[in-house]
Amino acid sequence: MLLSRVAESIYWMNRYIERAENVARFLDVNHNLTLGDGEGLGRQWAPLVYTTGDEKSFQERYGDAEKKQVTHFLMFDKENPNSIFSCVAKARENARSVREIVPMPLWEQLNRFYLLVRGAANAANIADSVAEFCEQVKLASHTLLGLTYSTMSHGEPWHFSMLGRLIERADKTSRIVDVQYYLLLPNPREVGLTLDIVRWSSLLKSASALEMYRRTHGRIEPHKVADFLILDRFFPRSVHFCLVHAQESLRAIVDGPPGTQISPSGELIEQLRLNTDRVPIENIIQRGIHEFIDEIQVRLNRLGDAITAEFFALTPSTGTDLSSQQQSITT
Amino acid sequence: MGSPYAQSALATRLNEPEPQPTSQRRDFSDWGTMTIAAYEVNVRAFDEMFDEAGHPRAASRQFLQRLDRLSDTELRQRQKTAEVNLHNLGITFTVYGHEQGTERIWPFDLLPRIIDGTEWSRVERGLEQRVRALNLFIDDIYNEQHIIRDGVVPRELILTARTMRQQMVGFRPPQGAWCHISGVDLVRDGDGTIYVLEDNLRCPSGVSYVLENRELMKRTFPQAFEGMRVAPVEDYPERLLETLLACAPATDAPPVAVLLTPGAYNSAYFEHTFLAHQMGIELVQGSDLLVQDGYLWMRTTRGLRRVDVVYRRIDDDFLDPNCFRKDSMLGVAGLMDVYRQGRVAIANAPGTGVADDKAVYAYVPQIIQYYLQQDPILANVPTYICSDPDDRRYVLEHLSDLVVKPTNESGGYGILMGPQASSDELALCAEAIKSNPRNYIAQPLLCLSTVPTIVGDTLQPRHVDLRPFVLCGKEIYVMPGGLTRVALREGSMVVNSSQGGGSKDTWVLQ
Repeated sequence: MLLSRVAESIYWMNRYIERAENVARFLDVNHNLTLGDGEGLGRQWAPLVYTTGDEKSFQERYGDAEKKQVTHFLMFDKENPNSIFSCVAKARENARSVREIVPMPLWEQLNRFYLLVRGAANAANIADSVAEFCEQVKLASHTLLGLTYSTMSHGEPWHFSMLGRLIERADKTSRIVDVQYYLLLPNPREVGLTLDIVRWSSLLKSASALEMYRRTHGRIEPHKVADFLILDRFFPRSVHFCLVHAQESLRAIVDGPPGTQISPSGELIEQLRLNTDRVPIENIIQRGIHEFIDEIQVRLNRLGDAITAEFFALTPSTGTDLSSQQQSITT
Repeated sequence: MGSPYAQSALATRLNEPEPQPTSQRRDFSDWGTMTIAAYEVNVRAFDEMFDEAGHPRAASRQFLQRLDRLSDTELRQRQKTAEVNLHNLGITFTVYGHEQGTERIWPFDLLPRIIDGTEWSRVERGLEQRVRALNLFIDDIYNEQHIIRDGVVPRELILTARTMRQQMVGFRPPQGAWCHISGVDLVRDGDGTIYVLEDNLRCPSGVSYVLENRELMKRTFPQAFEGMRVAPVEDYPERLLETLLACAPATDAPPVAVLLTPGAYNSAYFEHTFLAHQMGIELVQGSDLLVQDGYLWMRTTRGLRRVDVVYRRIDDDFLDPNCFRKDSMLGVAGLMDVYRQGRVAIANAPGTGVADDKAVYAYVPQIIQYYLQQDPILANVPTYICSDPDDRRYVLEHLSDLVVKPTNESGGYGILMGPQASSDELALCAEAIKSNPRNYIAQPLLCLSTVPTIVGDTLQPRHVDLRPFVLCGKEIYVMPGGLTRVALREGSMVVNSSQGGGSKDTWVLQ
C-alpha cells in the first residue's frame, strides 16, 4: 500500500527523467546528422518537434524550425513543458515531495542532474557543446536507473518507477518510428528505392539501437528496422519490450497472479501487449505503420489515464469500493 | 515585579575582577600548546565546561581529557568528517525567501554540551511538573475555568489571547492529553540559574536534529563517546509513536497514525520526513486525506484507509477550512467534526497555543502552584506584561535595557533587543506598545551560557540554549538532554538556524 500522491510522484518522476533522456537522444543524433548540413537536410529539424508532440507551442513562439531555435526549445525552454530543463526540474520536484521514499543516493544524483542542466542553461556557449551536454543527460538518466534498480527495494514504489519509465519509453520509441519512418519512406510498400543509410542508421541511433540491430538483423532494411524498434522481444527500448515489463510491474502493483487482472489499466495493458505480441511486421506494414502506431499512441494515453484514475485520483466513492473490497479479502 | 533582573543577576558577574588568561593554569599539566589550553572563558557568561577560574567542571573533566589527546589536525579532520556526513545524510532545513528549493545544511559542532546527571534530574522533574500543570491549565481553560474564577489568572488575559480557540470550548481530548509534544526552551544565565524561556506547546521542531547529532557524534567521534554513560535519546521515535497510538480511538484493527505536513517547502520538512520514516508511519499532506461517513481516510493505491491519529505539523488555523481558516489548502475539510466525535485523535490538540501566549507565560509559576500545590522547580524569566499599567510604565522607562517580545509569535519573530536597538527602533517599539499593550511583554536581557566551539583553528566560547522535548500521554516522558543550539557568531545570542545558528550534541551523564 502506498499513498496515492506518493505513487503518482514516483511515477511522474520517472516519466520525466526518461523523457529528458529521450529528448537528449533525439537532439544528439540530429546534431550529428546535420553537422555537414547541406541543402537537403534543412528540413531535418521540424520532425524533432513532432517527435515530442509540441509543434503547436513551438510554431506559436518560434516560427521556423531552425537548428538554433529547435535546440533551445528542446533543451532549456522553461515554457516548453517537455524541454530537458522542464523535465528534470519537474522530476526533482516530484522526488522532493516524497523524500521519505526516495533513497538518499538517488535523491543526490537527481539533485546533481538538476544542477547540471541548470548550469548548462546559463552557460554562454552551450550551442558549441550540444553533443557533450546530451551525453551527460543520457548518462545521468542511466545512473538514476541504475540507482533505482540497486538502492530501492523492489516493492510497490519501485514498480511505479518502472511503470513510469517504461510507458514513457514505449511512447517515445513509437513516436520516433512514426515520424522518421514517414520521412524516410513516404510509401513503405514501394520497393527498390535506394536507401539513405546514414539517415536510417540515425533513426536506430536515436533509440540507441544501432549496434543491437546490427547484431540481430545485420544489414539495414526498413521493415526490419520497424520490426526491431516495435516488436523485438529483447531490445530494452522496443515498444513490445516496454509493454511486457510495464505489465509485469502493473501486476506486481495490484498483486494478482498473471491472467487474473480485471482492473481497467490491467485490461488496457493486456490489449496493448497483445497488439505487439507475435505479430509479423509484414501485417503491420500492410495495414500501415502510421495507423498502427497511432492506435498504440491512443491506447498508451488511455492506459495513462486509467492508471491515474485507478491509483492516483481516488474520488471518495470509488475509494470506498476499493477499500471494502480490500478489507473483505484481508479479513 | 521587583528590581530589574538584568541588574541584579549580571551586576555581580560584571563586578568580578577580570581573570588573567595567562595566569590560568588548568588541571592538565601536559596540555602544552593544545587548542583546549588556549581556550579563554568569556567571563560575562556561565561556561558549561569550565568554571570562572578556568577549571573543568566535574561533568566535563573526562571528556576534556579525551579531547586533549587529539591533535589539532585530528580534531579539525573529525569536524570536517562530521560536516561531510551531514551533507551526505541530507540533513537540511529550508530557507524561506530564497530561490525555490534552497536547502541548507545546519552546521554541527563536534564538541558536545555536557550536563551533569544530578543537575539534569532536577531539570527533568521541573519539566515534568511544568508540562503536567500546563496540560491541566489548558483543560481547565476550555472547560470549567476554575483558575479564572478563583482569580489566579485574569479573565481578560485569556479572552484576549489570540491563540485561544473558541472551537475547543467544552471539549476534552482522549486521556485529557492536550500537549502531547512540547519543546521547552531553557537558557542558563550568568549566575548559573536555568530559566524556562518558552514552553512551545504547539508544533515544536528540532527533535530530528537531536537524533541525527547523536548519530553523527557516534560515527565521527567514537573514542570521545565510548564508555561515557551518556543517557540514550535513540528511543524517542518509539516513545513518540507510543504516545500517538495511546490516544487513538478504540478500534478493532490496530490503530493507524499519520504525520500531517504542509509539504516540501516547509522549513521543517526534513524533520517531518525523518520522523515519519523513523516511526514507520505515512507522511501525508492535506490532499491525501478526506472525511467520509464520519471518519478520516487517506487515499492509497489500494483504496481508502482509515486514519486514527494525526500527528499534525501544521498550525491550528490551517487544520480544517470548515472550522478555522476558510482559505486553508493544507488541512482537511471536516476533520474537526470527526475529531469532536472522538473518531480521530489530533496531536497536539488544537488550542494548546493559549498556554504559549507570552503574557500567560508570566503566570506559569502561579499555574503550577494552583493545580499541583507545589513550588515551581524551574525558574521563570521575570516578565513585564505591557497590558498591566505599572509594568507598562516600567517597560517604557527601561526600554533600552529590556527584550520586548510579541505575545503571540513563536520562532523569534518580532523581538526587539533593547540594548542593541537604535533610537528609532526604540521609539517605534514604544509606539507599538502604547497602541496595543496586550500584544507585548518585556523581559530582562539574559546572558546565555557558553560552550567551547570549534571556530576556525581555535576553540572559542559560543552562546547556547537548550530545547528538551517532553511527551505527555498517560505518563510524562522527558528526553534526556535535548537540542542544544549554538550562536556561531562571536558574542551573538541568536541561536536560530536561519540566523547563523548551529547545533551540538547534548550529553546527559548518568
